[in-house]
Amino acid sequence: MLTVATGNKAVAAAVKEAAPAVVAAYPITPQTEIVEQIAEYVSSGELKSQYIPVESEHSAMAACIGASVTGARTFTATSSHGLHYMHEMVNWAAGARLPIVMANVNRALGPGWNIWAEHTDAFQERDSGWLQVYVGSVQEAFDAVLMAFCIAEDERVLLPVMVNLDGFLLSHTMQPLEIEKAGDFIPPLHLPHAIDPQNPCGYGTLTGPDEYFRLRWDIERSMRDAVDVIRGTQERFARRFGRKYGMVDEYRCDDAEVVIVAAGTLGREAEVAVDLLRDEGTRAGSMRIRWFRPFPRLDLSGRDVVVIDRDYSFGFGGVLAKSIAATEGARPFSVIAGLGGQEVTYEDIAGFVRNRQPGRELWFGVNGDV
Amino acid sequence: MFEVRIHSRGGQGGVTAARLLALAAVRDGKYATAFPFYGAERRGAPVVSFVRIDDTPIRISSQIKKPDLVIVLDPSVMDVVDVLQGLKPGGRVLLNARERRDMKGYPTFTVDLTGIALREKLEVAGSPILNTPVLGALAKMGIVTMESAKSAITEMFSDPRNVSAAEAAYRELVA
Repeated sequence: MLTVATGNKAVAAAVKEAAPAVVAAYPITPQTEIVEQIAEYVSSGELKSQYIPVESEHSAMAACIGASVTGARTFTATSSHGLHYMHEMVNWAAGARLPIVMANVNRALGPGWNIWAEHTDAFQERDSGWLQVYVGSVQEAFDAVLMAFCIAEDERVLLPVMVNLDGFLLSHTMQPLEIEKAGDFIPPLHLPHAIDPQNPCGYGTLTGPDEYFRLRWDIERSMRDAVDVIRGTQERFARRFGRKYGMVDEYRCDDAEVVIVAAGTLGREAEVAVDLLRDEGTRAGSMRIRWFRPFPRLDLSGRDVVVIDRDYSFGFGGVLAKSIAATEGARPFSVIAGLGGQEVTYEDIAGFVRNRQPGRELWFGVNGDV
Repeated sequence: MFEVRIHSRGGQGGVTAARLLALAAVRDGKYATAFPFYGAERRGAPVVSFVRIDDTPIRISSQIKKPDLVIVLDPSVMDVVDVLQGLKPGGRVLLNARERRDMKGYPTFTVDLTGIALREKLEVAGSPILNTPVLGALAKMGIVTMESAKSAITEMFSDPRNVSAAEAAYRELVA
């Protein structure tokens, strides 16, 4: 059914299709609409889930962990400060190998108090063992949530997945949305290490140095295996629903001499900048980072690279720019833009490309470059 | 790409008007996005919503700087906001007003949406509903078809008075 919906409503509609057994959540702007809508589905009987309204995000993730460890499909949603309030449990969910799916509506961290889009909130969880995907449209938010359950619950992965969407720019923006019937697209969850509540026993108590190290390696092995699972799931999705997704969403890259790398809505806006630059005679292309963990490989050889980070790691640099410099040996022109919802237009992005200085860092809207 | 900016006050339904317009455009077979500018909103404060309509998928998320059409649901915001800012040369204005006003030479369309809502007894908490009748005016202007406007309204609201109000606005729009 084709309708017009916000990113938040799209996430909730996808969760309804995935029908998790348990949803535990705490509201926070700009995510609240997701859990409100899910609560309405549960209240009206359209979604047969147990909805646990908890008193904090730490408890939300703890409740998801408690449910997931019995083999139940679980979902939660949060944003920014909420994500960081649950930080301890975020790490626990991955370490316990629980395929929890969480929507995170990307929002800046205070102070200054700010409810608008930024990716630093989720990037700070990059070492937790969660898979992370960033979407660029309302439809993609819906599609990513459906696929997230398949990927998280695959026995080669068994790690939690975080679906990220830009605060307001997607969470509150209305776009066309095809609400698909998931049917049997998401196979039933079989958790091999599920605890039987009738006969409860499990691991997770004190783990010595040798065993702990092996558990950590097993997370990394699954993270590497996840690349194939993601590809396979996205191909299966394309065959069934007709929309194709990659680790990275490339646009006009084949003959590109300069490539713009960005995540989320900035990556979509960059495509319009590419068209503008091509009209001027610059062979530009765009690579929109979808999967951030596991981190994708990019074909950047012989190309100039302009990376736009809607995030920052203080004392280090833009997270995407530094990641790409490390993984691809690139010398990107690193642009820090869009922090706290700062307005960045396709004309601004085209300007970054025209004035690129490989190896340097520019803070958009701040006098002088760094 | 056709770009619309809607001026209203918090609580008057400007955001819903944007969604209705986007939905009607999608029912016409087009692509559309609608979004409000989120600031420190509160009831009564001037607010702005945006709609983009195009024949291909819309990839732009940034705000609309040069609209093709400005809709003013509450003319009193014109005392504090320059509603014509950035309006393209040849761009149009749709005003909720009983009488014509000069909008610096821009083609201006006028319709008494408040009067229509009161006549149809379309009110929420004592305030007239403007966002469904405005769809009728937009259909008359050719932005969307009347069929899609009605379809969008009935998808979002069950009360048939919303459609009657849109039909009244369609009839009563003054160019």
